[in-house]
Amino acid sequence: MNISETKSVRIAYGEALLELGGTEKNLVVLDADLAHATMTCKFGEAYPKRFFNMGIAEGDMMDTAAGLAISGFTPVASTFALFGTGRAYEQIRNSICYPKLNVKIACTHSGLTVGEDGGSHQSIEDISLMRSVPNMTVIVPCDAVQMKKALTAAVEMDGPVYLRVSRPPAPVFTKESDSFEIGKANILRNGSDIAIFATGLMVYEALVAAEELENQGVHAAVVDMHTIKPIDKESIISLARKTKRILTVEEHSVIGGLGSAVAEVLSENMPTAMKCIGIEDCFGQSGTPEQLLKEYGLSSANIVEQTKIMIKKA
Amino acid sequence: MDLRMKACDIRTDIVEIIHRAGTGHIGGDLSVTDILVDLYYKQMNVAPDKAADRERDRFVLSKGHSVEALYAVLADRGFFPKEDLLTYAQPGSKYIGHPNNKVNGIEMNTGSLGHGLSVGVGMALAGRMDKKKYRVYVVLGDGEMEEGSVWEAVTAGGHYKLDNLTAFVDRNRLQISGPTEEIMTQDKQEDRWAAFGWNVLSIPGNDIEAVDDAVELAKHIKNKPTVIIANTTKGCGVSFMENQVGWHHRVPTDQEYEQAIQELAQRRMQYAQDSE
Ligand SMILES: [Mg+2]
Repeated sequence: MNISETKSVRIAYGEALLELGGTEKNLVVLDADLAHATMTCKFGEAYPKRFFNMGIAEGDMMDTAAGLAISGFTPVASTFALFGTGRAYEQIRNSICYPKLNVKIACTHSGLTVGEDGGSHQSIEDISLMRSVPNMTVIVPCDAVQMKKALTAAVEMDGPVYLRVSRPPAPVFTKESDSFEIGKANILRNGSDIAIFATGLMVYEALVAAEELENQGVHAAVVDMHTIKPIDKESIISLARKTKRILTVEEHSVIGGLGSAVAEVLSENMPTAMKCIGIEDCFGQSGTPEQLLKEYGLSSANIVEQTKIMIKKA
Repeated sequence: MDLRMKACDIRTDIVEIIHRAGTGHIGGDLSVTDILVDLYYKQMNVAPDKAADRERDRFVLSKGHSVEALYAVLADRGFFPKEDLLTYAQPGSKYIGHPNNKVNGIEMNTGSLGHGLSVGVGMALAGRMDKKKYRVYVVLGDGEMEEGSVWEAVTAGGHYKLDNLTAFVDRNRLQISGPTEEIMTQDKQEDRWAAFGWNVLSIPGNDIEAVDDAVELAKHIKNKPTVIIANTTKGCGVSFMENQVGWHHRVPTDQEYEQAIQELAQRRMQYAQDSE
């Protein structure tokens, strides 16, 4: 992998929102006073009449979005992932998902890569929370290019969607021409020894790891699980059948996220040896995104190491 | 028809629905009845065949546990056949113990307290963006005012100067486990809302004429939303239920049911004589 371009997924989110605002006249955007961090400010400057800063009141923002959706608008509500999915969880559950309203929730600053703000601001449970609510679709874009496709697809579909958006500059490695279909995993690399299912910023790490593994004679498949729900059962089962070993990687707790979702599919359909890389049931801390990812084992080096352990076992 | 008589009919339906099903929140249903009757029979531009009309007025029952009162009104107004309510609270029925949008005429799923006013704020913002004349009505319980999230919505309603939004507080001074003032002080609602920039009207909330005057007045207030503090009686219309905390969620026995129906019939007769 030789990637020179980096870009924050949240910057791409702000740009995508701005662009969609031009064509989707029903699009309205709400923020809880973090527009300059979530990047909804771009939409807000261009379309002030369709932008609402609801103040630091995430619960109110989600319910207000529900009221706008009932009235025929397509609201996109943004804040940090911790506050959106944590503070406003019950609003999302009861006022958006239960009535199945057309609200898009795009939360930035997800996971450990919030960085210096520390554990109070690092959402490591949001995928778990959001995917357990009926009617919810959960998408985690892996880079800036995919972000735009994900937002467009989310706005085109009817119903609640949670988009998990990361903060720091990250490698841009997917192409404009790559396909994006909600619920359809993207197999980025084939391999017969192990299949690595990754989501968000971890997809790139998985690709780097797969190259290194290839150098060492291990053929790893890499799958971009941009949609956590509905999960792509077919891809999971067919790759498990082929490789007999599954590794999952996510910038999220190992409880309830991608690893759990894949395990749910495999345990019922094709029991397979598995290892889940994620945050091991503990809170985050301060540090740069790079330091934190390394500290918590969310790195290509750890993916390589864990893969070799799995292969040795067999 | 004298709306007071209509309110007696609706109360009778409520008692029947709850007695038959063996479940329901009867006390709050009976306190909110007059507000619903004024809105659905006089004030609101809503009709069964226009449930998706973009011009329609919007209603959110934020104190969703009073759903039996809403079902009784919607059925009587023809939003669905009265017989549908025979399935109320049974498995598979869409007539659930709290409002949901599968029922014709119900805009929003509510019942978990502290959500409805924020939803109303969204509807009111939408009406303003769409340049529509419709009005948004939200009914809250007084116990519900303990939910902090309500005050986020009160703040936003005042901030955005939503004069197309009218909230009611069903101020019956009781909540599930006792008097509001003993559980968590709620007085003075009037001062609290006023401090957030709302136009405040405080009325006897089981007096339909007073309700109607207040709703009418609110339509002409510009640049701020209106709250109507409806000072009501929990269990209103059935003597042994009035102001009794135990009737929040109790189901009448057969004997209590007979007595309630009789009292409501008498009250109705009284109103009929008055209006002759
Ligand atoms: Mg009460």
